[in-house]
Amino acid sequence: MAAALRVAAAGARLSVLASGLRAAVRSLCSQATSVNERIENKRRTALLGGGQRRIDAQHKRGKLTARERISLLLDPGSFVESDMFVEHRCADFGMAADKNKFPGDSVVTGRGRINGRLVYVFSQQIIGWAQWLPLVISALWEAKDFTVFGGSLSGAHAQKICKIMDQAITVGAPVIGLNDSGGARIQEGVESLAGYADIFLRNVMASGVIPQISLIMGPCAGGAVYSPALTDFTFMVKDTSYLFITGPDVVKSVTNEDVTQEELGGAKTHTTMSGVAHRAFENDVDALCNLRDFFNYLPLSSQDPAPVRECHDPSDRLVPELDTIVPLESTKAYNMVDIIHSVVDEREFFEIMPNYAKNIVVGFARMNGRTVGIVGNQPKVASGCLDVNSSVKGARFVRFCDAFNIPLITFVDVPGFLPGTAQEYGGIIRHGAKLLYAFAEATVPKVTVITRKAYGGAYDVMSSKHLCGDTNYAWPTAEIAVMGAKGAVEIIFKGHENVEAAQAEYIEKFANPFPAAVRGFVDDIIQPSSTRARICCDLDVLASKKVQRPWRKHANIPL
Amino acid sequence: MAGLWVGTASLVAAGRRGRWPPQQLMLSAALRTLKHVPYYSRQCLMVSRNLGSVGYDPNEKTFDKILIANRGEIACRVIRTCKKMGIKTVAIHSDVDASSVHVKMADEAVCVGPAPTSKSYLNMDAIMEAIKKTRAQAVHPGYGFLSENKEFARCLAAEDVIFIGPDTHAIQAMGDKIESKLLAKKAEVNTIPGFDGVVKDAEEAVRIAREIGYPVMIKASAGGGGKGMRIAWDDEETRDGFRLSSQEAASSFGDDRLLIEKFIDNPRHIEIQVLGDKHGNALWLNERECSIQRRNQKVVEEAPSIFLDVETRRAMGEQAVALARAVKYSSAGTVEFLVDSKKNFYFLEMNTRLQVEHPVTECITGLDLVQEMIRVAKGYPLRHKQADIRINGWAVECRVYAEDPYKSFGLPSIGRLSQYQEPLHLPGVRVDSGIQPGSDISIYYDPMISKLITYGSDRTEALKRMADALDNYVIRGHMLTKSEKNQLLAIASSLFVAFQLRAQHFQENSRMPVIKPDIANWELSIKLHDKVHTVVASNNGSVFSVEVDGSKLNVTSTWNLASPLLTVSVDGTQRTVQCLSREAGGNMSIQFLGTVILLRCLMEVSTVYWRRHTKNREKEESHKSVGNTPMLYKVNILTKLAAELNKFMLEKATEDTSSVLRSPMPGVVVAVSVKPGDAVAEGQEICVIEAMKMQNSMTAGKTGTVKSVHCRAGDTVGEGDLLVELE
Repeated sequence: MAAALRVAAAGARLSVLASGLRAAVRSLCSQATSVNERIENKRRTALLGGGQRRIDAQHKRGKLTARERISLLLDPGSFVESDMFVEHRCADFGMAADKNKFPGDSVVTGRGRINGRLVYVFSQQIIGWAQWLPLVISALWEAKDFTVFGGSLSGAHAQKICKIMDQAITVGAPVIGLNDSGGARIQEGVESLAGYADIFLRNVMASGVIPQISLIMGPCAGGAVYSPALTDFTFMVKDTSYLFITGPDVVKSVTNEDVTQEELGGAKTHTTMSGVAHRAFENDVDALCNLRDFFNYLPLSSQDPAPVRECHDPSDRLVPELDTIVPLESTKAYNMVDIIHSVVDEREFFEIMPNYAKNIVVGFARMNGRTVGIVGNQPKVASGCLDVNSSVKGARFVRFCDAFNIPLITFVDVPGFLPGTAQEYGGIIRHGAKLLYAFAEATVPKVTVITRKAYGGAYDVMSSKHLCGDTNYAWPTAEIAVMGAKGAVEIIFKGHENVEAAQAEYIEKFANPFPAAVRGFVDDIIQPSSTRARICCDLDVLASKKVQRPWRKHANIPL
Repeated sequence: MAGLWVGTASLVAAGRRGRWPPQQLMLSAALRTLKHVPYYSRQCLMVSRNLGSVGYDPNEKTFDKILIANRGEIACRVIRTCKKMGIKTVAIHSDVDASSVHVKMADEAVCVGPAPTSKSYLNMDAIMEAIKKTRAQAVHPGYGFLSENKEFARCLAAEDVIFIGPDTHAIQAMGDKIESKLLAKKAEVNTIPGFDGVVKDAEEAVRIAREIGYPVMIKASAGGGGKGMRIAWDDEETRDGFRLSSQEAASSFGDDRLLIEKFIDNPRHIEIQVLGDKHGNALWLNERECSIQRRNQKVVEEAPSIFLDVETRRAMGEQAVALARAVKYSSAGTVEFLVDSKKNFYFLEMNTRLQVEHPVTECITGLDLVQEMIRVAKGYPLRHKQADIRINGWAVECRVYAEDPYKSFGLPSIGRLSQYQEPLHLPGVRVDSGIQPGSDISIYYDPMISKLITYGSDRTEALKRMADALDNYVIRGHMLTKSEKNQLLAIASSLFVAFQLRAQHFQENSRMPVIKPDIANWELSIKLHDKVHTVVASNNGSVFSVEVDGSKLNVTSTWNLASPLLTVSVDGTQRTVQCLSREAGGNMSIQFLGTVILLRCLMEVSTVYWRRHTKNREKEESHKSVGNTPMLYKVNILTKLAAELNKFMLEKATEDTSSVLRSPMPGVVVAVSVKPGDAVAEGQEICVIEAMKMQNSMTAGKTGTVKSVHCRAGDTVGEGDLLVELE
């Protein structure tokens, strides 16, 4: 990276030199030299961020600097920086003083490549502003945290981010934000707030056009949290990153709750309880390495097909272990992730939200090299039923895949929606509708495999034939019915004497794939071991799938 | 192949569970690593062994000097008793054993040749030379090597050196299976129905087999240790078995004579320790249960046997003594019996030496068998009467092997012991070993490196102590040689680069071209065993050139990254590796060669055990590996830049969520399978919760002891409710 910077610096020097020559008649040589020196000085300051002392302080906290993060995230030598000379424009509270101005302000922006593919990046820089810390105030961030956190958002800072986002949208390449910011810069007042809004607007404009990924690598509080929330994926770094609207002290004063930063908005909270973040990583290095890995699954924009990477795993590989994976007793659980691992390429599965609403499994994998989105009910957790959280988790994932041309593969083993007051009061109807809506709306190739239960309304929801599933398979163990045999018999044969016989009859009739197959609701009953081969073959055919929807301004998903 | 793992067969289940289920049980016992291993001095080795034996009479004149014609733990064991008796000792050793423990313990040591046993420990001429040189008056042969070699005994007799063991004729008579069986019959010892003669050909074998009735066992007359043994269930198998066994016998023993006998289904292997003197006295010192075997080799022994009653024991003992008297047996020996489920017992063979498993008998009888052997050899009559021999408590022995778990535990694993600490601080523990930290495990010798014996007032206590002792037994091998380590690093880094290159390999996307980074040399930093190695890798097609710590290696493979098994050639050496897992963060698990520290636990002995002569081999494979996963190398590979930045990452305190089990969903508890105080293994079922008509099995997140149970069968639990706490 350093080499690239040197090259860029040399290029800039040359152009400055050229303009200097053009103005030679009027200017003195010394002037050009002094400009050169100033350029050099500014670059050096910009590259150093807040100075070695601040870099060391950052390292001591187990965090990397903005530039180090970029150098790890991008291919070596590929980073092209923009706006290195931008400075903030605030004149109040002594901010105009030179010592309070830093070239580049508190964010590093630019473009680069990950495994050769274009990406736009901004990386917020906490350390450049350390000497300002006593001045930096966020209305939502209590005083005691200031000594630790800086990197506040100024108008200039926001402008830099907006600039690369605009270009990313026009070019059609993803944006990755590495967030590490103390919030709005109070000295700038409304200009800082305007900066946030400018970013939010671009997040929304870019939504569904280019993939947007946020990696939270430090504090992110107050208004700042909404930018990550608007992006497609929010990842966090364990122990060093926090996301919350208001900090623990404000919480204490308002609601009288005692809570630590970690409990309130740490990686664990957001990946297990709130579902705000999609995944958490061990530390900066681990997070950035994983982000590179994750990036490989994504298309560059909605104009591009799902990427196809070289694949060493034969597409027609039979998976014999799948023939016995579903237990004979229909009440016994098994791990859906095992099925996913054995079906996809090289057992590689990037799970999204692995610790939240675990009764549904979603994530990215590849089939014959092509990225696919996988949705599966997880019989191991809460029997794989659909509830509020799992519906929302599934719906958002399905919509992302649909927006970015990623085919969907759905593995169904669902006993129904979770009953109970908690769920009804929580709005399971409204939230369950989201998943239904998302699957129905999706026009990407949709392949569905019913591994065991597909009961009731949940059967319809899980990418059924009726919601335009392109290929729907059933394993021989599939049971597609309105409900389980026992419940059904209790209703149909109420007061009937021979309940057991009736139950057996019901099982004989419905607890198998035939009722659906004879009606054409599943395209075929397949041997589980052939699942991979069948799906790969289908995806090749469906690659050219085209669906036209009637014109509308936009659809209205039940939010 | 320089891997070392240690397999310990243990009988630990019951003691830990606090109850005694009759069925087979397996339980893990983990080795814990202790950071500081104290240096084992000779004194330490000596005082730490508590031989539960009676004292000796210092006025009783004995030998001045004894040569121990053996190595390893048994040599050390014999030397200890000699020291106790005030006898000077001479060790013999091969050149690779020059600094081994038995050499250090002995007063004198003589090198008898190079490493191969045929040139050293079996080299009679050199040993005789050593005896002459050191003027040893007697020789203790230990077990194995020359212990049952009549030629050796004869040589010694010719030189007027006393062989501490039985007379030559007893060795000879009992060494031949056919002769020993005839002798046993004569002494009215129960023998297995069969043909007492050499079988000439396959057709005769079939005829005899039909007479005896199937199943039959075909075995080599000169055999032992399971070699040349076959079970036949019909004529066809008899013919095959005859052919294979005679080939095997010919190649293993140079003697292809075979015999046939009835195969005893579900047999137990129980042996009686006998002790005779030169005055016609003989005692039986109770039995040892040796039914837990692997490939017909004993791994766990205990005394007494849980299976025998007083009458059977006495009957067996008396027959054993009768046999000993019949051959004028004048030393410690062992009569092996097979006992069927109805407690019928049949003579199998007699071992005319000190057995590996003799310590369990010493523990329960209080005798020092080596001391008695020496006394008897000197010509003294036995000091004890049969009525003096009792059973006090219970003793269990586990043999600790250095073996390669990934060659089905079949091949010895070699290497240097980096950490070794015996659990001698625990009560009732005896360790017979011939190793110390830093010892080399050599390919030339038996992979059994030590014996762990525990003793208690009853079986439960002995087993409990075994479990504790195994937990406290620290054995760590230092596994890879430098060149092997370099190979591993080279393969790992080539794999890493191959994965990186593949990640850039996209199908042509015309809208926006992929511009691959041009990296000629991959500077990588690989962490293995907490040591960081700098590696530079470059590739030309499928050939990777890797510079590891200064040496250059060429790595070639097809690099099929989807295949679990990868055949790699490193500078022409073929290696098969498995990349078992790979994380984006740089962690990679690679299976390479066969090295790991592994503790295996075998099944409970009381009712089920490995059938000695069984057809089905599955049971053999059912031992469980615990501790480290076998032979896995965990490496962390990062680019140089990432590795530099990784230094700033903080060490994380490990969060312990595994000790608390919470209900993941609302439901009804159907069954709880543990109670406070129970030991549970990771992954063991703790309770079952039914939710939405599905039974979900809750398992332990770690191995430990149950601290408290907060639910009962039938309870309704909510999400996040505490179910069980582990300690």
